[in-house]
Amino acid sequence: MTDSSAVSITAVSKSFGRGSAAVRVLEDVSVEIGQREFFTLLGPSGCGKTTLLRLIAGFETADQGRIAIEGQDVTQAPPFRRPVNTVFQNYALFPHLTVEQNVGFALVEQQMPAAQIRARVGESLEMVRMQSYARRRPAELSGGQQQRVALARALAPRPKVLLLDEPLSALDLKLRKEMQIELKLLQAEAGITFLFVTHDQEEALTLSDRVAVMQGGRILQMGAPREIYETPTHRFVADFIGDINLIEAEALPGNTIRLIGGAQITHPHQAHGRVTLAIRPERARIVALDASHLQARVVHTAYLGTALVHKLALADGSTFLLRQSDLDGAQPSLGSQIGLSLPADSLRVLVQ
Amino acid sequence: MNIRHFPMTREISLLVLVYLYVPVVVLVGYSFNANRTATVWSHASLDWYARILANPSIQSAAKNSLVLALCAATAATVIALLAALATARAFPSRDGVEAVLKMPLILPEIVVAVATLMLFVALGVQLGLGAMILAHTAFCIPFAYLPIRARIEGLNQGYGEAAQDLYANRFRSFRRVTLPLLWPGIMAGFTLAFVTSLDDFLTSFFLSGPGTTTLPVYIFSSIKAGITPEINAISTVMLVISVLLVSLSFFLGRLRR
Repeated sequence: MTDSSAVSITAVSKSFGRGSAAVRVLEDVSVEIGQREFFTLLGPSGCGKTTLLRLIAGFETADQGRIAIEGQDVTQAPPFRRPVNTVFQNYALFPHLTVEQNVGFALVEQQMPAAQIRARVGESLEMVRMQSYARRRPAELSGGQQQRVALARALAPRPKVLLLDEPLSALDLKLRKEMQIELKLLQAEAGITFLFVTHDQEEALTLSDRVAVMQGGRILQMGAPREIYETPTHRFVADFIGDINLIEAEALPGNTIRLIGGAQITHPHQAHGRVTLAIRPERARIVALDASHLQARVVHTAYLGTALVHKLALADGSTFLLRQSDLDGAQPSLGSQIGLSLPADSLRVLVQ
Repeated sequence: MNIRHFPMTREISLLVLVYLYVPVVVLVGYSFNANRTATVWSHASLDWYARILANPSIQSAAKNSLVLALCAATAATVIALLAALATARAFPSRDGVEAVLKMPLILPEIVVAVATLMLFVALGVQLGLGAMILAHTAFCIPFAYLPIRARIEGLNQGYGEAAQDLYANRFRSFRRVTLPLLWPGIMAGFTLAFVTSLDDFLTSFFLSGPGTTTLPVYIFSSIKAGITPEINAISTVMLVISVLLVSLSFFLGRLRR
C-alpha cells in the first residue's frame, strides 16, 4: 500500500448468507487505484464487481481484508463517513426534492453555509449543463437528464473518489455514447478518481485508464485497455473482451506450435501438449493456400460498413472469424476455400 | 374476458349504488326539513343546524369526539409508523408480528370493548376520555398501519443508501428522505384512524364516563327519546367531516407524488 493510492484494497473477501448456504462473492481481491485514475471493474453479472463497489461505498462490510481511501482505513466506517460518492444504476434521485435540492443534499449535511451551497450547486449543474432545470423534479426529467443530475449530485461535495455503478446501462445506445465522452471530459475537469463498474467491454475499453477483468469473485487480469485487449492472459478475458478466435493446437518443444492440418508456427511458449491459441479477427490474413497456416471455407460474410466479417469453417469444424478492413481488395466468395496466415506476433498462447 | 361485456353490468351497478346510498341521501335530505316529525316533509330549512350549533350537550359531545379522534389517531399513527418501519425488514417472526398488528380488524369489537371495560374496572382505571383514548388507539393501529406499510413496500430501498452515501447518518437520512417519502402513507393512515375513531360507538359506549359522551353515543341516546331532524343534522355534519378528511388526504397524497 502506498500513500499515492486513491483507493487501496487489500486481500478483501466477502460472502453472503450463512453456514452451508453461504456464497463467496469476493475471493481475496487486492487492487490499488491511483490518483485521478479512471479505473473500471469489468465482468459479467455475478462476478462480484458491484459488491466490490458497495464495499468501497460502505453499504457492505468486508469479511476479511482492508479498504483504505487516500491512506485512511475505512474498512469499518459507515457510508456517511467515507469521502466517496456514488452514481447509482437507477440514479436514486430523491423524488420529493427539486434538482437543486438533490444536488445540494450532501452539502447541507456537511453544514456548508447557504450562500456557498448555492454557488456549489450552480457550478455542479453547470458542469453537466443542467442549470436551467434547477427547479424541476426528477420525475419531470428524461433518463439522460436524470443521469446528469445524479452525476452533479455525486460530484458536488467533491469526493476523493467517484463510484459509478453501471450508470449508463439504462440509456439508449446513442445517448450512452454521448455520455461516455462526457464522463471522460468531466473526469478530466473535476480531477477526481473515477471507479466505474460495467459489464460492457466496449465501454470499459473506451473510458478507462486501467481495467480489472473480474470473474467468480476474483480479478483475473488488470491493465491498460490495450494490454487487456491485445495480451489477454486468461481464456476468459480473451473471450469476454471483443471477438476472438480460440484455436486448439499442440505445443511442441523448441518454441513450436502445431496447428490443425499440421502447419507449424514458431512462437515462444512454456506450455506442453494441448494449448489454446487466441487471435483477434482483424489480425489473421488471407493468403494463398500453399502459403497458409490454416485452411478454411467461407460460410457467411457480413458487411459492417467499415469492414467485412467473414465467418469461416476450419477443417475440424470449428468457426473462425476474419475481419477484413481492406474493402477494395479481393474478397473471397461464399463457399470458397481460402488460406489463412496467423502472424506470430498476434498470437497468444492461453492458460485455461 | 372483459367484465364490462357481461349482460346487465350497468343495471346491476346502479342497483348496488342505490342500495348503498339511498339511506344516506334520505338522511341528508331530511336534515333540511322544517317539519318536527323526521319523516314528513314540509319545506326546506336550516333550522336544525342552527339548533345543534346552539345545543351545549351536542357541542360538548362534538368536542369530546374530536379530541378523542385526534389523540387516538395521532398515537395510533406513531405506533403504526414504528411498526411499519420495523416490519419492512425481514426477520424470523415477521409474519406473526404482522398478524398480531392486523388482529383488531377481525376481532369482534363487542368482545374487545367488554374485555377492555372489565380490565379497566379491575385495574381501577377511571372511565372517561382517557380510557377511551387508550382503547381507541389500540383498535386504530391497524387502520394506520396498512397504508404506511403499503407505502414502504412501494418505496425504493436505494433512497436510504443514496442519502447515507451523501453523508446523512441514519437519523438524518430518515428525516430528510424516508419520512417525506412516507408522508402520503402517514397522512392516509392518520385519516383512516381518525375517521374510524370518530365513527366508533361500541367502545365509546362502554368506556364513556359521566359527562364524556361522544357524538355517536349522543345520537344513540337521543334516538331512544324519539327521532328528530336534529339527529339527521348531526349525522350529516359527521358525514361531511369524514368525507372532507378522506378527500383531503387523498388529494394531498396525489400532490406529493
